[in-house]
Amino acid sequence: MSDVVKLETAPRDPRFPSTNQTMTCWVRYLEWKRCQSKDGEDSDECKKLRRWAYAMCPIDWVERWEEQQQDGTFPGPKFE
Amino acid sequence: MKFFFFSFINYKVLNDAARPWQIGFQDPATPIMEGIVNLHHDIIFFLIIIIIFVSWILFRTLFLFNSKTNPVAYNFSHGTFIELLWTLTPSLVLIGIAVPSFALLYSIDEIIDPAITIKAVGRQWYWSYEYSDYVNEENEFLAFHSYILPEEDLELGQFRLLEVDNRIIIPVNTHIRIIVTGADVIHSWAVPSLGVKCDAIPGRLNQISFFIKREGIYYGQCSEICGVNHGFMPIVIEAVSFDDYIRWVQNKILD
Ligand SMILES: [Cu+2]
Repeated sequence: MSDVVKLETAPRDPRFPSTNQTMTCWVRYLEWKRCQSKDGEDSDECKKLRRWAYAMCPIDWVERWEEQQQDGTFPGPKFE
Repeated sequence: MKFFFFSFINYKVLNDAARPWQIGFQDPATPIMEGIVNLHHDIIFFLIIIIIFVSWILFRTLFLFNSKTNPVAYNFSHGTFIELLWTLTPSLVLIGIAVPSFALLYSIDEIIDPAITIKAVGRQWYWSYEYSDYVNEENEFLAFHSYILPEEDLELGQFRLLEVDNRIIIPVNTHIRIIVTGADVIHSWAVPSLGVKCDAIPGRLNQISFFIKREGIYYGQCSEICGVNHGFMPIVIEAVSFDDYIRWVQNKILD
């Protein structure tokens, strides 16, 4: 039961020390996407990066980017 | 229930919500708010001394050195010593204030590796919270909206315009990260007892962190004018013990 709730979240990122964390969210999301294209969806590393991306980004934002990835209108880099 | 004379001494009711005609602080629940209150009190102490000193000089000058008591005017216009004195003293006072003020400012910005991240999204006119560290069986995140309780639904003892239907539950003695953003216009997420106030700006994510030292219910309000219902989107934080928090999360992701 208690293994369902783990007290773990995205760590403090020394690259982004300020109050403005917009870039943390964006970079964490891209790191997750890069991992996905490299190691595949189900690797432990990618699952961790997915958690960290969702910890730093509003769910709406990630969902919008995922839609854009599908539609081919995503403004960020593409990892093949 | 037995009532002992003087037993009221044991009661200490802490003030975690605004009260009518309040001009002081609410009682602090985080080290940061304790720092803010202490800095304020320290500065006000010296401020009162300075006000008394300046008023005393001003009144002496006005009453003792007017045209009646001194019909012949002095003809000097400089005094190097006194000018040095009244330039250097205020600058030393300002430096004396700057040192603890900057120490506090930088300690507010300090981010310690948090255990929980909560996102607060300001909307017209309610707050949504996302606990995306936790998912249920269907891979859905723990997230909910937090609306004001209308006046007719209030129970005895609840606060008008401050109570919400879904409170944020947070464990005590844990480092918390809050990511604040807006979904439509600028709002501001503020809880006085925790010493936090952070603008919720669309397209930008702002991070604040705090460490609650005692269990309790903390009230705050949207603090950036955001439209007609700006005054009706309060914030309620319930700080509970760690075990209660885990239990709450489990119940929340099970249903
Ligand atoms: Cu607002």
